[in-house]
Amino acid sequence: MEPLVAVLVVAALVGVPAVVLWRVLSGRRELGSGPAERATFETLHTASLAAPPLRAGLTQAGVLKASRHLRQLLGSPAIAITNAEELLVYDGTGDHHAREAFDHAASTLKDGRIQVLQLSCTQPECPIRHAVVVPLTTDDRVVGSLAAYGDHTSAGLVRAVQEVARWVDSQLELAELDRSRTLLMEAEVRALRAQISPHFIYNSLTTIASFVRTDPERARELLIDFADFTRYSFRRHGDYTTLAEELRSIDRYLTLERARFGDQLQVTLRIAPEVLAVAVPFLCIQPLVENAVRHGLESKPGVGRISIVAEDAGSECSITVEDDGLGMDPEHLRRVLAGEERATGVGLANVDERLRQVYGDEFGLVVETGKGAGTKVSMRMPKYRPGVTVR
Amino acid sequence: MSSLVAIVLVVLAAVLIGAFGVRVSRTTSDFYVASRTVTPLWNASAIGGEYLSAASFLGIAGLILTYGADMLWLPVGWTGGYLVLLVLVSAPLRRSGAYTLPDFAEARLESMVVRRVSSVLVVLIGWLYLMPQFQSAGMVFRAITGAPAWAGGLLVAGVVAVNVLSGGMKSITFVQAFQYWLKLTALAVPLVFMLLAWRADGAPGLQAGDPWALPLHGREHPVYATYSLILATFLGTMGLPHVLVRFYTNPDGRAARRTTLVVLSLLGAFYLLPSIYGYLGRVYSLSLDGPDSVVLALPGHLVGGVAGELLTALVTGGAFAAFLSTSSGLAVSVAGVLGQDILRFTDGVRSFRVATVIGVAVPFGLAVVARALPVADVVGLAFAVAASSFCPLLVLGIWWRRLTTSGAIAGLLAGGGLAAVAGLVTVVGGPHGGWAGALLAQPAAWTVPISFSVMVVVSLLTPGRTPPNVARTMVRLHTPETLDVDRGDWRPRSS
Repeated sequence: MEPLVAVLVVAALVGVPAVVLWRVLSGRRELGSGPAERATFETLHTASLAAPPLRAGLTQAGVLKASRHLRQLLGSPAIAITNAEELLVYDGTGDHHAREAFDHAASTLKDGRIQVLQLSCTQPECPIRHAVVVPLTTDDRVVGSLAAYGDHTSAGLVRAVQEVARWVDSQLELAELDRSRTLLMEAEVRALRAQISPHFIYNSLTTIASFVRTDPERARELLIDFADFTRYSFRRHGDYTTLAEELRSIDRYLTLERARFGDQLQVTLRIAPEVLAVAVPFLCIQPLVENAVRHGLESKPGVGRISIVAEDAGSECSITVEDDGLGMDPEHLRRVLAGEERATGVGLANVDERLRQVYGDEFGLVVETGKGAGTKVSMRMPKYRPGVTVR
Repeated sequence: MSSLVAIVLVVLAAVLIGAFGVRVSRTTSDFYVASRTVTPLWNASAIGGEYLSAASFLGIAGLILTYGADMLWLPVGWTGGYLVLLVLVSAPLRRSGAYTLPDFAEARLESMVVRRVSSVLVVLIGWLYLMPQFQSAGMVFRAITGAPAWAGGLLVAGVVAVNVLSGGMKSITFVQAFQYWLKLTALAVPLVFMLLAWRADGAPGLQAGDPWALPLHGREHPVYATYSLILATFLGTMGLPHVLVRFYTNPDGRAARRTTLVVLSLLGAFYLLPSIYGYLGRVYSLSLDGPDSVVLALPGHLVGGVAGELLTALVTGGAFAAFLSTSSGLAVSVAGVLGQDILRFTDGVRSFRVATVIGVAVPFGLAVVARALPVADVVGLAFAVAASSFCPLLVLGIWWRRLTTSGAIAGLLAGGGLAAVAGLVTVVGGPHGGWAGALLAQPAAWTVPISFSVMVVVSLLTPGRTPPNVARTMVRLHTPETLDVDRGDWRPRSS
């Protein structure tokens, strides 16, 4: 029994790393056979190694990592990369030339022309006698330079440096694109933030006005609720709040709506205490409740029921808002959620969009509805997602 | 016979809870009622209910009976672990917003690789912890019915798997809290009767010349084993996956600390009981077919008659409650991590189902294959793995800003890997004799220092690999929620 166990343990300890190593290496062995194929592969592979660090833009850290591969691509003893202000990296032999590298680039940076320079060097064994300096451009603007140093120049080398520079340019443009995409996403999240509906403000104020004479005390309480609700909704800081906080705001909202509808509006809650502390996007449930009140109950005679359920689902929490109102045409709703048609209110589409932005497409809203059949909107939210925290 | 009834009742209750779910979450129209959070007392009871496993319920008494006073360090350590958790980890961990240990690793080190490594370790620890639960269930079931040893394990594994699959194990804070009080009652009530019987017997003491009560006397290499045990239990508690998810229920860091404090007193009260069982077992020198059965055999031996049978039934029911509650909590945690981070099918539900089946089947298979070591010893190995992997990650991650991604990975692999290998060698082939056996059976004394030093040294060697937002993370971890400071804004993952 025991030797068998020992053999098994040893086999696992040796076998697993061996398999991993084999998988890694076998990727390399399946190259083409001919020298041309191999050369093509080597070139493309070197270029692909240089690409990721450059995707961060023209920064010292990124360029430092990419320079080794770029030098290999050009086959020169040394290369230098500058941005518009300073030398970013000098990589290769002849470190004493690093001091002059930015001066070599100065004229290229100014007018964007290619230079072929002859260098004087006091050290006899130094292989660096010539330099080819080409500009790096983004949108026709010179943002830096790439210089190749070596013991000779040729038309071929100049062309090669130019091509490499153009390839670097395209990487830098992609970096620029990445940056603008991130900015855009952030801007979108900001723009999608909580919007309270003008209808609600108008309706609340008229309701409160109707109480001012008959029941001034009630009017005062409602006004305070209204103030609290708006303060929460208009707050500037933080994109997230806790579920408990969000429920408190819904309570104020429903107090105001109840003042308007009286006993016509009945609300049931079932909240698992485990999920109260979950961080959720700010005002992500209130619009659903508002939607239930407006589209579900306002235009329907008799009592309307809304139920809000929050359940614990392991690493996620699931939230459902259901009403027994008029319901919607599913096809119309699909078009609204797809953004093909403007909805009358702000509600669902906005929440859907924000959830997808924050958690990914698989966490969008799920709506079950039909004409005259009520509406049930459910969503899931992971309990933890990097960056999603309440301030 | 009445013991079998008790088992059937406990299992039936568990299945019903799983099938129908417990509507403990209140249905109300009052927002104030609906948004009341779980109080620290409830939360702490739930942690106690999930934490007190077969090892605490049966194992401790057996080891104390067999090896004497040294083994008192087990209950002390299993409680004291919460003291370390309270002082070093609870509040910052809650403020990090992490739900599981891999979540914390990702939040602090901003690396998916660290997350994966943590996930694998969570699964390993969970399996090492689940395996002895199934074994003990088999042992108890055989003692009651005479069925083969695997039958009881299969019963518990099956009930747990079905419950987790049907979604019945969610929102069960109040069920688990009830479990704590059930286990406490199931040990305390028989103990009262037994102490009365012992008094009526003329309160006999130990046999003259029994070295049982002397420290450093029970096992081989007692000094090493004792210190290793202390290290594993004090530092391992914070790395148990099913304990940490309960902290998420606390609304803030302050509540997390309060909860931990209550847990300390609840566990302190509970752990008095098995120690007395162990003592009584020694005094009456029962003939047992394994140290773990002392708790079950004692009431019948001391009290006798119908009363004794009923008390045995109560203890048996309590033991099965312990198997089921701990195993369920562990299975949920293991399946969650396995499905989310390791299997990762596109269909989340299917992923969780497959993960549940694997998560329960593997430790059951181990339980059948492996030799039956004392349950508390095997659970101790799970603690050792946790202490030499997650303890350094949590402590250094929370209190040392120079921890780097490479350092964390190296430390987790070195400490967790060595402890896990030691644990597997002991479980599958052990127990071994001599120094090698002692080192393998209680690995914490060498794996914990190795893990800490590897993490520190590799971090110092790779200063470039500190996570970019470490300052912001530290502010978030350590600033009380009531302070209004800038904790940073959300930025989308760029990749």
